Amino acid sequence: MPNLRCVRLVAFAFAAVFAMTATALSHEYVSGQIKVVHPWARATAPGATTGVGYMKIINQGATPIRLLGGSTPAATAVEIHAMSMDGGVMRMRPVGEGLVVPARGQIELKPGSIHLMLIGLKHPLVEEDLEPLTLNFDGGVRVNIELYIESMGAASGGHGH
Amino acid sequence: MLRVIRYGAVALIAVLVLGSLAVGLGWLQSGRSPLPTAGGPVVASFHLIDQANKPVSEHDVLGRPAVVFFGFTYCPEVCPTTLASLTGLLGRLGAPADRLGVFFVTVDPARDTPPALASYLSSFDPRIRGLTGAPDQIAALAKSLGVYYARVEVQGGGYTMDHTASVFLLDAQGRFVGTIAYGENSDAALAKLRRLAGG
Repeated sequence: MPNLRCVRLVAFAFAAVFAMTATALSHEYVSGQIKVVHPWARATAPGATTGVGYMKIINQGATPIRLLGGSTPAATAVEIHAMSMDGGVMRMRPVGEGLVVPARGQIELKPGSIHLMLIGLKHPLVEEDLEPLTLNFDGGVRVNIELYIESMGAASGGHGH
Repeated sequence: MLRVIRYGAVALIAVLVLGSLAVGLGWLQSGRSPLPTAGGPVVASFHLIDQANKPVSEHDVLGRPAVVFFGFTYCPEVCPTTLASLTGLLGRLGAPADRLGVFFVTVDPARDTPPALASYLSSFDPRIRGLTGAPDQIAALAKSLGVYYARVEVQGGGYTMDHTASVFLLDAQGRFVGTIAYGENSDAALAKLRRLAGG
């Protein structure tokens, strides 16, 4: 049955592609009560001075914790910003007070919403690179992660391509 | 194990077939929806420069259909994703794309000098012309298309820009014929560009 062999080969090919994609996209970092799932950023054009970081932050602890910001060798500052679309107008504002991750809850930084703003990029963010970043929480909690750099047109981390 | 693989393969093929059907239907539907009728605002007269320091006026926009997007190079989300999306759409459109004028107008001329625009736009389709220049000239062009933008101070000394995120479609007479919304389905957007290009 040559057809069956063909189907099997196709199935293996799909399985292999999905497995590879899954490992590339689902990296996560755990530190104490904090788990960070698939932190990513968009590649930047040469000369662009700002970038954006997205991720899911899960609080596995019994107490809320507040994300205050972060730092990265790739930029002079890392701030939390909120983007909104209002009648076709894009607006962006810093979230000065930080973001509370509820006890045993999670927050998601994602396109079109809240994100980390990498201000004063020291070099362009290059697709498929990993950029180290430290998340700062209250209580002096620091979590080291790496942003996986997606394509410049990426609308969401590894989906919708 | 073999049976699992066979079922898996059948399921995957089913998903692919259904998925392409859904995309095809979406395209057909979007192809039927008419663009807003022409006759809207006429593009204002303006004098700006492009990323190669060449003067650009309304005469460079008129005479062929145009695609106009307002943004700034410090914009990390809407602008690069829109320009990347336009780059992909112009590629998919093929030869008719050469009939379009495509413009990225900065709303932040203080930082977006011609060299800054040249560097930024080097990542995108080379047919995209970046426009910068005197703030009042940019304001005139934006106003004629109903584009809003405003400088917003940020704690710590910097600033960002609020701006209309839609892509504007103009006919060869510089009249407004429609928009592509931020994040609009790419097949729907392609159908609009194809109709605009007359191909």
